[in-house]
Amino acid sequence: MLTATLLSTFLGIALICLLPSRFGGAAKWIALLSALTGFGFAVAAFQGYDMRPGVYPIQSIINLPWVEKIGIGFITGADGISLILLLLTGIIAITGILFSWNVTHQPRAFFALFLTIIFGVYGVFQSLDLFLLFVFYEIVIIPKYFLISIWGSTNREYGAMKLTIYSVAGSALILLGLLGIYVLAPEATFNLLSLAKYKFPVAFQLWAFPVMFLGFGILGGLWPFHTWAPTGHVAAPTAVSMLLAGVVMKLGSYGALRVAMTLFPLGLDYWRMPVAILATVGLLYGALVALAQRDLKFVVGYSSINHMGFVMLGLVTLNTLGLSGAVLQMFSHGIIGGLLFAVVGRMLYDRTHTRDISQLGGMGLTKALPFAALTFTVASAASMGLPGFSGFIAEISILLGTWKAFPVLLIFTMLGVVITVAFTLRALQRTFFPAHNADAPTAETAHEPFDPITLPERLGALILMTATVGVGLFPKILLDPILRSFESPQSLMHHLIQGVAK
Amino acid sequence: MSNSSLTLLTLIPLVGALWAALLPSQRIGHIRTAGLFTTLAALGLVLSLAFHYDRAAGGLQFVEQRDWIPSLHIQYFLAADGLSLMLLLLTSLVTPFALLALGARSTKLSVSLILLLQATLFGTFTALNFIHWFLYYELSLIPAFLLIRMGGSAKATAAATQFFIYTIFGGFAMLLGFLAIHHATGMFNLIDLAALAHKGKLGNILAAGFGGYSRINLLVFGGIFLGLAVKVPVVPFHTWLPDAYTESPAPVSMLLTGLLSKMGVYGFLRLLMPLFPGLMRHLQTPLLAFAVVTIVFAAFAALAQTDLKRIVAYSSINHLGYCLLGLFAVATTFGPGNDRAAAMNGVLLQIFNHGLTAATIFCFIGFIETRSGGLRGLNDFGGLRTVAPVLTGLMGISLFSSLGLPGLNGFVGEFLIFKGSFALVPGATALAAIGLFVTAVFLLTLIQRVFNGPLPERWAAFPDLTTGERFLVAPAIALMFVLGICPQLLITLFNQTVLKLLP
Repeated sequence: MLTATLLSTFLGIALICLLPSRFGGAAKWIALLSALTGFGFAVAAFQGYDMRPGVYPIQSIINLPWVEKIGIGFITGADGISLILLLLTGIIAITGILFSWNVTHQPRAFFALFLTIIFGVYGVFQSLDLFLLFVFYEIVIIPKYFLISIWGSTNREYGAMKLTIYSVAGSALILLGLLGIYVLAPEATFNLLSLAKYKFPVAFQLWAFPVMFLGFGILGGLWPFHTWAPTGHVAAPTAVSMLLAGVVMKLGSYGALRVAMTLFPLGLDYWRMPVAILATVGLLYGALVALAQRDLKFVVGYSSINHMGFVMLGLVTLNTLGLSGAVLQMFSHGIIGGLLFAVVGRMLYDRTHTRDISQLGGMGLTKALPFAALTFTVASAASMGLPGFSGFIAEISILLGTWKAFPVLLIFTMLGVVITVAFTLRALQRTFFPAHNADAPTAETAHEPFDPITLPERLGALILMTATVGVGLFPKILLDPILRSFESPQSLMHHLIQGVAK
Repeated sequence: MSNSSLTLLTLIPLVGALWAALLPSQRIGHIRTAGLFTTLAALGLVLSLAFHYDRAAGGLQFVEQRDWIPSLHIQYFLAADGLSLMLLLLTSLVTPFALLALGARSTKLSVSLILLLQATLFGTFTALNFIHWFLYYELSLIPAFLLIRMGGSAKATAAATQFFIYTIFGGFAMLLGFLAIHHATGMFNLIDLAALAHKGKLGNILAAGFGGYSRINLLVFGGIFLGLAVKVPVVPFHTWLPDAYTESPAPVSMLLTGLLSKMGVYGFLRLLMPLFPGLMRHLQTPLLAFAVVTIVFAAFAALAQTDLKRIVAYSSINHLGYCLLGLFAVATTFGPGNDRAAAMNGVLLQIFNHGLTAATIFCFIGFIETRSGGLRGLNDFGGLRTVAPVLTGLMGISLFSSLGLPGLNGFVGEFLIFKGSFALVPGATALAAIGLFVTAVFLLTLIQRVFNGPLPERWAAFPDLTTGERFLVAPAIALMFVLGICPQLLITLFNQTVLKLLP
């Protein structure tokens, strides 16, 4: 089931590449079909996950030899965390395609590149061989550059280049760590399951942990290495912003958890406090900067930094509450971030051709585009962590976890939560419910009537809203497999919740 | 009753909201029917719950308890006692009243939002796990925010935002308090926590959870108090209220004053009082001071207003102040049992009666506003009784009910509160009595200026209530008399619960 997600996505890419150019319009249908199939397989894998006690938490393992001489294998498998992120990838793939339904410029290339990113992301989340994981991780980087520089908007060349350079720098750090692991491991292997049993020398862990954590952290939006994210998000076409915020940033936090934290517990113990401080600064900084933005897409971009700060903080609390909250927050932010970018980039910008909050506020958007107003209100409520939406349970778990691990940081974290509410409310209020006009556009802001919101947009928005409310009301569906992946004594990450150094 | 009737109760308005939202916006008649049908179905269910409630046994009934998020000790926990049922009854009466008062101004959005608000209210009054409760409590902000904004003016938008910000930050303080409780006890279940507090253990466990720092109790109490005080509101956390009540359309003000403010008082009764009995006795002076200041300040503030809506808004704060006086008097003393029971019964009666009366007064102000083209200044009118005798008579009844005239519903609650509180805390109660006099002054001034005196030329053709409007307010007026004469109809519903509520 797991590898079928890769196969179906690959098949989609191949079909689109083979498509003659006069049938370019069919590309989006092929892409949608491929994304739906991929999601179907992810759901099937999630359904099939066996949570009985005693069952090995990493399941559906496939182990094929690849380059045996240097210990590289095609090893895939998934625990609860992987499965949840695979589900997220499927949802973002489907909705991203729905929100790109209006792409007419080179559609074959667009959807082929889009699916290539999805392929890479699916791959990272199920790789159990570090080399394989790194290959998939690299597959994600290059298509991003082309998608942004060809189909992007504001400052697209700059945004694309900055994003790529940061990603490549992160990759270089990860590669450095990988080489170190390979050299020091007792047997020549990249197999994560074997490596996790080995205790690396302390001196190595002390430098390898920050190198790898940082390498992944760059993509995860870790302050102060986050600056690629807002510019990249803003420059990217809608579907790519959704992908970046929705899943690509999760590659970073996932890698940090799966590789750096799992393999280097002693390094983690030593660097834990600095990471927690960076994460807290990041979540405060993201919120404060978002509060000052005039461009709506930048608000959403910086809100990603803010939310990913919560993820990073949750990860290093090293208790069940914080860790499970962090993973839930990865899912939750993927959905909410995707939804916010969909409204700002597709529903609003494609129609109004502006992202300036005060200009948008003058357009009487609640009357002109009521569906966009509704969607943005729901997404804002979810983003500020109101109960009933996915973000609430995730943030509350992280806060409780932080309380136990870093009581002093909790004060700053709470401040971050408060500012998150403030900037979200400010953006919502000024864009859709401005005080200075009573829903009637004045003479100078009068405009042609906007195209109505299309069916694919409605469908995409409904899928994402259902996901955030569904998880908000029934978080147990996701929390059970997550908890299983930490609490099972056979888990690779069991040591994380037991206090590392022991 | 089936075992999931309370879940069903919250689902009814949700389904109704969805139903209204899916109808095409031009079919406003159908949308209004959908709204009315839904609220009447909910009223029917609440009445049948009240009928099936075992009054002699009292306590929590219709219990539904399931695991929800076990890792955080969050259960799906619904149950109702006399207090909950009384509030469910109020909610299911005032909501259709407001929907009908909205009348021709109804839109698809407003009907859906009102139903959504009703769902969150039902949830708030029945959920007994803090997080489950908080879910409804906070969600109510979204429909309330959008409904206040429907006032349309720039000031309405500002008032909506101010309301949202005040309440959400109050909510934060409260959430932080409960996170601290969870940190120390690992529990969110309000009933279990209350049992722990009843045995006098909660304070020590809380302090132990924070390394023996016993001040934490005060901090947690303060956080929860702040959250609820904003919602009620308690002076000086009330500044969002006059703008919100004034700028909203009158039917929305009916919901705000009739129902939303009750969430705060309910929170005091359900969350704060059972969890911190010892601490509340310790804080007797400041708590009573809050109540007295709220009563007296709001009464004088109402006296100084010239806008009808602002007068009623401040009078609302004043009336809820009486609830707090009774509540704090009971919670902070060890007086004789019957005085405590009297005061507490008074508090619960006052909650219901204020909801009914204030909503009705706002409904009348709405009638006046539509006739005067938006004018509602105290000095804009005069002598209306000659041209609109029915309006004068019926609104007069509800104003006298608000004033606490014997024979009408407002009297019994206030009387019981003052009777009980005077025995328990004579000083504070005597000070609060100033509020009673001032209330009489400003309400009589209102009647005098609007309905008596010379009739200005321009109101010579001021239309009286239409038949539809008479039918709309008739049930409310009738209920004022019924509850004024037989308050035991309501008291029997919650008498047993009151005895259990006494700390």
